[in-house]
Amino acid sequence: MSAVGAAECLSLLPCSVDYHAWDGTRAKGFQSLLTGHNQRLSYHQMSVENPGDCIMAGKPRLHYFNARGLMESIRWLLAAAGVEFEEEFIDTPEDFEKLKNDGSLIFQQVPMVEIDGMKLVQSRAILNYIAAKHNLYGKDIKERALIDMYIEGVADLNAKFRLLPVTPPDEKDAKITLIKESTTNRYLPAFEKVLKSHGQDYLVGNRLSRADIHLVELLYLVEELDPNLLANFPLLKALKARISNLPTVKKFLQPGSPRKPPVDEKILEKARKILKV
Amino acid sequence: MAAKPKLYYFDGRGRMEPIRWLLAAAGVEFEEEFLETSKDLEKLRNDGSLMFQQVPMVEIDGMKLVQCRAILNYIAAKYNLYGKDTKERALIDMYIEGVADLNEMYLFWSISPPNEQAAKMTQMKDKIANCYLPAFEKVLKSHGQDYVVGNRLSRADIHLVELLYTVDELDPSLLANFPLLKALKTRISNLPTVKKFLQPGSPRKPPLDEKNLAKVKEIFQLK
Repeated sequence: MSAVGAAECLSLLPCSVDYHAWDGTRAKGFQSLLTGHNQRLSYHQMSVENPGDCIMAGKPRLHYFNARGLMESIRWLLAAAGVEFEEEFIDTPEDFEKLKNDGSLIFQQVPMVEIDGMKLVQSRAILNYIAAKHNLYGKDIKERALIDMYIEGVADLNAKFRLLPVTPPDEKDAKITLIKESTTNRYLPAFEKVLKSHGQDYLVGNRLSRADIHLVELLYLVEELDPNLLANFPLLKALKARISNLPTVKKFLQPGSPRKPPVDEKILEKARKILKV
Repeated sequence: MAAKPKLYYFDGRGRMEPIRWLLAAAGVEFEEEFLETSKDLEKLRNDGSLMFQQVPMVEIDGMKLVQCRAILNYIAAKYNLYGKDTKERALIDMYIEGVADLNEMYLFWSISPPNEQAAKMTQMKDKIANCYLPAFEKVLKSHGQDYVVGNRLSRADIHLVELLYTVDELDPSLLANFPLLKALKTRISNLPTVKKFLQPGSPRKPPLDEKNLAKVKEIFQLK
C-alpha cells in the first residue's frame, strides 16, 4: 500500500491512484471488474485511521439531459464496470445556463462528468478515462489500437442512430433504409468477421473490454430498430447474450436502472426548449 | 526492423492531415499511397484492407489500422506524446476532442456547395473566436507553462498548433487576441521536427482547391 495513497485518503484529496496497481490479489478476466468496486472500498478501509473517514472519490456525477444522447455510452460503461454513479439532469434552459456560467464546461457543452476531482467534457475523453481506470482498454497499445478501431466503427453507426429522431419526417424513411444497409452490409459483417477470426468470447484479447460493451449497446439499438437485422450474425447474437448475462450488465438492463429509453417526441421537445432551438 | 508507416488516402488534407502532423512531429518518416480515382478505393476495399471500407488507413507495425482516432491514439502512445498517466490523458483527450470538433466543421465547410459556404464560415469563425480559442488560451494562462498539458510536449500541442495554422489561413485576425496561443504556435513551430514539416516539399498538404475537390468527390462518390 503506497504511503502516498494512504495520505491522499486521509487528507480527503481526490484519489488519483490506479486501483489495479494496488491490487495484490488481482483476479483474472472480468471477475476483478465485478468485485473491483468492493475491493476498492476494502483497500480504503484498510488505509485510513478510521474507516469512515475516507470520503476520497465520491461517485462520478453525470451532467446531461434525461435522455440517451451522447451520455448513454458512458452510462453503459460505468454500469458494466460496476461503478455506481449519480446523475444531475438538465431540465430547463436555466439549468444549462447555470452550468455554462459556472465555468464547468470548457467548451460550453455537455456531456460533463465530475470524476476523481475533474470536470471532464467530451464523451471520448470521459470514456477513455473510465475504460483505462477500470482495465477495460486492453493490455497494451496494440490491443488498444484494435479496440479503438472497433469502437470508432461502433461510434460511427451509433451516430446515425442518434440522429434519426431529428431527421425531417419526409427524409426519415430514406434514412432508415440507409442505416439498415450500413448495419447489415458494412458494420455487422465487420464485427462478425472479427469474432469468427479468433473464435473467442470477447472481441479483443480474449477478455472483456470496452469494445464488447460499446458493441453490445449498439446491438440493442439495432434490435430496437429491427430485430431481423441481427438474423445472419450468429456470433454477434451470442456475444450479445453473453455480455447481457454478466452480472453488472444484467443489472443495468433491468427496469429501474440508469439506462434511458429511446428518444421520443416528448424528449425532443424538452431538449429543444432547453437548447433554445 | 519495422518498415515505415504507410498512409493510404487521397493527396489532400482531409482526415489524414492530423496523422501526418503527428508522425512528423514525432520524427517518424512515412510513405504515402494516394488514391487518384474511385477505382483505387474499390481496389483497397476488395483487398480486404479496410475494416469499414473507409480511409484513412495506415499500415503500421504489422497492422492495417483504420479510423483516425485509433491511428492517432496508437502513434501518440507509441511515441510518448499521450501524457504520463490516465489523468493527463483525460486532459489531453478533452482538449484534442475540442480541436477535432472544429476540424470536423472545417472539413464539412471545405466540401460544402459554394452557396452554403458563407453561412458555415460565419458559424465556424464564431465558434473559433468565442468558444475554442478562449478555452485554450485559458488553459495556457492557468498554468503559465510552455505546453498545454504536463509541462512537456504532447499530442495536444501538435493538434492545437495544426488547428492554429488552419485558423490563420482562414483569417489571421482571429488569433489577434490570443497572445499565449500565438506564442505556443511559434514555440511548437520551432521544434526541429515540426520546423522541417512546415517547410516546402514536406508531406504537409495544402488546402483543398477546386481541382482536388472534384477529385475527392469522384473518389468518394460524393454529390
